[in-house]
Amino acid sequence: MDKFGFTLSKARFIDYDANDRRVVDYIIEREPTLKLCIECGGCTATCSTGNFTEFSLREMNILLKRGENKKVRNKINQCMLCGKCILVCPRGVNTRNVVFLAKQAFQKFDGYAV
Amino acid sequence: MQFDPFVIPFNIGLYFILFYAVARSIVWFRELSRPDKLRLQRGFFGRAFGQSLKEIFLESLIHRKILRTNPRLGYMHMSLAFGWFLLILFGTIEADFFGEKHLNPPYKAIFFRFFNPDHGKTSLEEGYAFLMDFLLAFILSGLLLAVLKRFTSKVVGMKKTTRLKAIDKVALASLWLIFPSRLIAESLTSGAYGTGSFLTGSLGSWLASFLPAQQVAYPFWWLYSLALGTFFVLLPLTRYMHIPTELFLIFMRNSGIRTGDKAGTFSEVQVYSCSSCGICIDQCQMNLSAGINNIQSAYLMKAIRNNEDTWDIAHNCLLCGRCDQKCPVGIELSPIRMILRRAGESESKSDIRNIWKGYFRRNQSIPSPKPAADLNYSFLPQIEPAKVDVLYFAGCMTHLTPSIKNSMTKILNTSGVKWSFMDETGGACCGRPLMLAGQDREARELINYNSQIIWKSGAHTLVTSCPICYKVFKESYYLDVEVLHHTQYIKNLIEEGSVKLNFLHKSVAYHTPCELGRGSGVYDEPREVLMHVAKLEKTGYEDENSLCCGGSLGNIKLSHARKQQIAAVTVRELTKGEPDILATACPLCKKTLANATRTKVADISEIVAEAIITDQPKKISFQRRQLQVKESAGIS
Repeated sequence: MDKFGFTLSKARFIDYDANDRRVVDYIIEREPTLKLCIECGGCTATCSTGNFTEFSLREMNILLKRGENKKVRNKINQCMLCGKCILVCPRGVNTRNVVFLAKQAFQKFDGYAV
Repeated sequence: MQFDPFVIPFNIGLYFILFYAVARSIVWFRELSRPDKLRLQRGFFGRAFGQSLKEIFLESLIHRKILRTNPRLGYMHMSLAFGWFLLILFGTIEADFFGEKHLNPPYKAIFFRFFNPDHGKTSLEEGYAFLMDFLLAFILSGLLLAVLKRFTSKVVGMKKTTRLKAIDKVALASLWLIFPSRLIAESLTSGAYGTGSFLTGSLGSWLASFLPAQQVAYPFWWLYSLALGTFFVLLPLTRYMHIPTELFLIFMRNSGIRTGDKAGTFSEVQVYSCSSCGICIDQCQMNLSAGINNIQSAYLMKAIRNNEDTWDIAHNCLLCGRCDQKCPVGIELSPIRMILRRAGESESKSDIRNIWKGYFRRNQSIPSPKPAADLNYSFLPQIEPAKVDVLYFAGCMTHLTPSIKNSMTKILNTSGVKWSFMDETGGACCGRPLMLAGQDREARELINYNSQIIWKSGAHTLVTSCPICYKVFKESYYLDVEVLHHTQYIKNLIEEGSVKLNFLHKSVAYHTPCELGRGSGVYDEPREVLMHVAKLEKTGYEDENSLCCGGSLGNIKLSHARKQQIAAVTVRELTKGEPDILATACPLCKKTLANATRTKVADISEIVAEAIITDQPKKISFQRRQLQVKESAGIS
């Protein structure tokens, strides 16, 4: 990558060249409503798992869209699929299916390098 | 004249299908589990046998259940099945009685008129010929309905009829040809010899008036035999396989064999017993309200039979159970769907070149479950609950509808029982949503976690507000506690006199939640509770007939907009009597329905909490208290 003479902190660094959007493409193909997400965080606020952990569907959506699958893959299985997030989503995103498909995608593409 | 080459196609078909039925039965029996084999053997030599015979007569021949749901469709099925059965039965008797000798091969009965053209001269023979003509007319009337149904399903009062694959169409065409070709062949032969009764006789003499009847009849006898032969040979590849398989199913079911959670002989027998009658399609709210008409149970059964990819069909279903209730064959449709969800994605192997493979049994029509992964929910905290008598589990959805939670708190506090709130600050999910998505292993983790808390609390009763939780607690938790839905518990409290209720003078319509009603068989308690506090109105969708709100967690694929469509129709139907309150017993139903109507939607617990008579004195207004003070002081 070209260096332009200034630095970025690692946390703010998104390397699109190295990122892999296969998972998010797989999800959007089957559940296009993911595109409607405005990352409001309603799902995270109501989340049953989020009550105990730092699990955040909003964060997952952002990470998936960026293609940072590795961070999602370790966490997504914590979802209990209880479905509260569907009921609070103001955009009608079928969040339960997004998680379901993400799990499926990770199984499908298992073993690939992130 | 004892034999003619035209009977060969019929003979090939008949002996093929008989051999095939025996071979397949043996394969199916061998693959039953040991306990199921014993059940079937016991069923064969016990009381179940008589029951099965009765059921076969009523359902496979008369088609009583279809007649009850839809008389015209029932008549169509009855005329073809029962009529054909009688035609074969009386045909065999006729050949035995009037033929040259006794114990004839089957073709002599089927083509009796050809081999005995001058039969029907004496009055006894005439009477018999009348009976045979009557049966043929009976079948033809049903066939006419069947043909019309193919082109416009409204004829038999159905909104939709099932779509067919190519091989089904060939079989259907041969089935349709059987009886008209018999009619014409018999008529022409009768016409040539001046025999036959009201149908074949009169049609025959008219045809013979301008045709060389005897010469023209022969090709039609060939056509009749060919149609029969083709139908028999294609039968195992098509939906008509249900004719022999249903007998097997009835025996197995009456012997006490159930679907279970894995694919096996019984689930396969059920899949082949589906006749694609389409009654499930007419019951499905996804079809009626949301216009989705390719995922219904009939199509699922067809996709399994044809080895197609069933993943999307299996997941796109509310699992409301309306089709299970109405299936005239009594196939356990939702359990079969759940087997597919657990099994994971399968590849479609259907191909026109592989069509002949349908004669052989696939190693596994329904794939076996996928292997397990690691633990997922180790983050859940270890809890040491206080010892109580009654444990209340609100459930995830109830936490989204706090008024239900608060009402239950009020009711439980008023009742004076020693209780505690298991998930007051939010607990683990009950596990059912994962099960509905086919992820049983993950669900088991949550079940074990919750079981431990319940067990440690020492409670003897577990009360839950959510029918989804109720069903899983009841069926999949192995607990030594009484599991009650809050409507059942409130009913007990009212009967004990632990809570006293006012009558609210409001009209209420009750929506039965699917998981509570059809799912768990709790129909009466909610209505009894409502009758204590309000005027309960009839909706026309009571008990097994109840509608789904559309919000079901059973469907992971359905979009928000479609769910709203279903909710809108449900609400419209339920509020036709303009009730003050639309009552339900499920937080998810409440939330879904409330979004679709202006009528007040309330959970039964909320209505009861509102009606509770508390012992504390009522608050007295300021003016009234002043007056009381003055009175007591003697000031007027």
